[in-house]
Amino acid sequence: MNILVLLRMVPDVVEELVIAGDGMSLDADAIRLRLSEPDEHALEEAVLLKERAGGTVTAIALDAPDIDEVLFTAAAKGADRLVKLHGSWEGIHTQGIARLFCTWLSTVSNSWGADSLLLTGSQAIDDAEGELAALLSEHLQWPYIAVVTSVAMGEDGAARVTKEFAGGLRGEFRIALPAIVGVQSASKPPRYVPVAKVRAASKNAKIESVPVTVPTGDSLRVQKLSFPQPAGKAEMLSGSPEEIAAGILERFVHHGIL
Amino acid sequence: MTHDILVLVDHQKNAVMESTFEALGVARTIAGLTHGRTIAGIAASGAESMVSALGAADAAFVADDQNLAVAAPDALVGAATGIAARCQASHVIIPGTNAFVGVGAKLARRLQVPFINFCRAVRGEGDAIIATSQLFGGKVLADIEVPPTGAVLSICPGVFPPDAGRKEGTPPVERVTVERVERTAQFLRLIESETGDVDITKQDVLIAVGRGIDTEDNIGMAEELAALLGGAVCGSRPVIDQGWLPLSRQVGKSGMAVRPRLYLALGISGAPEHVEGMRQAGYILSVNRDPNAPIFDVSHAGVCGDMFDVLPALIAALKARKGG
Repeated sequence: MNILVLLRMVPDVVEELVIAGDGMSLDADAIRLRLSEPDEHALEEAVLLKERAGGTVTAIALDAPDIDEVLFTAAAKGADRLVKLHGSWEGIHTQGIARLFCTWLSTVSNSWGADSLLLTGSQAIDDAEGELAALLSEHLQWPYIAVVTSVAMGEDGAARVTKEFAGGLRGEFRIALPAIVGVQSASKPPRYVPVAKVRAASKNAKIESVPVTVPTGDSLRVQKLSFPQPAGKAEMLSGSPEEIAAGILERFVHHGIL
Repeated sequence: MTHDILVLVDHQKNAVMESTFEALGVARTIAGLTHGRTIAGIAASGAESMVSALGAADAAFVADDQNLAVAAPDALVGAATGIAARCQASHVIIPGTNAFVGVGAKLARRLQVPFINFCRAVRGEGDAIIATSQLFGGKVLADIEVPPTGAVLSICPGVFPPDAGRKEGTPPVERVTVERVERTAQFLRLIESETGDVDITKQDVLIAVGRGIDTEDNIGMAEELAALLGGAVCGSRPVIDQGWLPLSRQVGKSGMAVRPRLYLALGISGAPEHVEGMRQAGYILSVNRDPNAPIFDVSHAGVCGDMFDVLPALIAALKARKGG
């Protein structure tokens, strides 16, 4: 079984975000990137699946600052093959990323058999144009399911996945391969690998660097980015911890909680 | 193409979900700008049982098939494409709930119109319609023009007022026969939510812990506070994903929607997926180190500081109050 994992870097929202001078994008020089959290879960689920059902895991990412470390970490966690796509694609969003991945996938598709499973995060924080997994499904004409929290292989060679709905309700689905699965969270928390193991991977694992050109296509036109104005309705308490605690209790009494 | 606005109805166990009414309200706003009708599109099994809740729609187009009872995204997209073709609506509004993740993007490609995700506001501006999407966990807003020729919009659940789309009454129904989709995941069975020892939807007081709780051991402090206030502990997604609290304690998009008298949020940033599940609480007080945490926008009161300073002081003050 070929398990493909698409990894994407997104702006780290713990840091302060900066809007570029054109007002229509983030300032690429001023933001820090991190691996999209659902993609981290997709990688974990891929490795868990390999450990249970066999196969190989290929981690694929677009070239970005610190992406080598992300790929070597994937190797340290259990990815067998690492692929980095490089080219010039400043400012592309999810639609462009989908076209890019599909361009590469179509050049290597004859080396993927019918038993291919593509995992990536169910959603990313910059998916204004739509979810990458859904767009890939349309390009590749593979069946798709998202908000998945576990993937297993059935005896019939199809995958069994658990999908979340609302209110804690989940559903089990069967999906025949080749298929695309959007992972919400892995069936176990993403494993930690020590820095030493990542360093060892950087010496032993090889990243295949592949040039790709982004095919042209439609993209959403953002008129303006802005920061939300704080609603300003929260009454902010300050002072020493004891003063804050007293203030909180006072408000609990006032609102009939105590 | 008409100027009608189609809403895909979100349902679970044949009950119309609140997100549907939010979407109908948005559709009515846009239909007012395009001078079109609001149409409810239902893809379900036993669909007609839901129609009487959809009085805010001018018409209902119904695709009724047992394969749509609990449908995978591809099956939903197939049905939605058939409904859209039949009613010729120009725009489609989709509730951004788990059931519909991916559906909007796929449907837009089939209809050859743009897709705009994470919408939290829609307004008319002269002749134009502008949608505002929230990105980066709610920290950035993007204004995007909605083409008058057509678009698919996915709206953030829990943001738009449901009453704008809620009205008793049964709209005229048109039945749509849709082709069975072959290339789709197949539904096998439902897995009900674990009830666990505590039903958080019935609690008057909830102490909610997020990523800021740092370790599983620290949840003990939240438990102590909950016990003093006669409540229970719940958590946001990262805490449940770590296995520190069971699924039955999750608040948010995939978990429970709660309306306690008091929601005390500790180390929770306020990502939209969480806020969706708790913004209706009576009194929301949040503690977070980040002054820009979106949770403060939905809180009645807040403390920008370290919960590990505030919590012990609050616990001590409560004990003193009880003891004295």
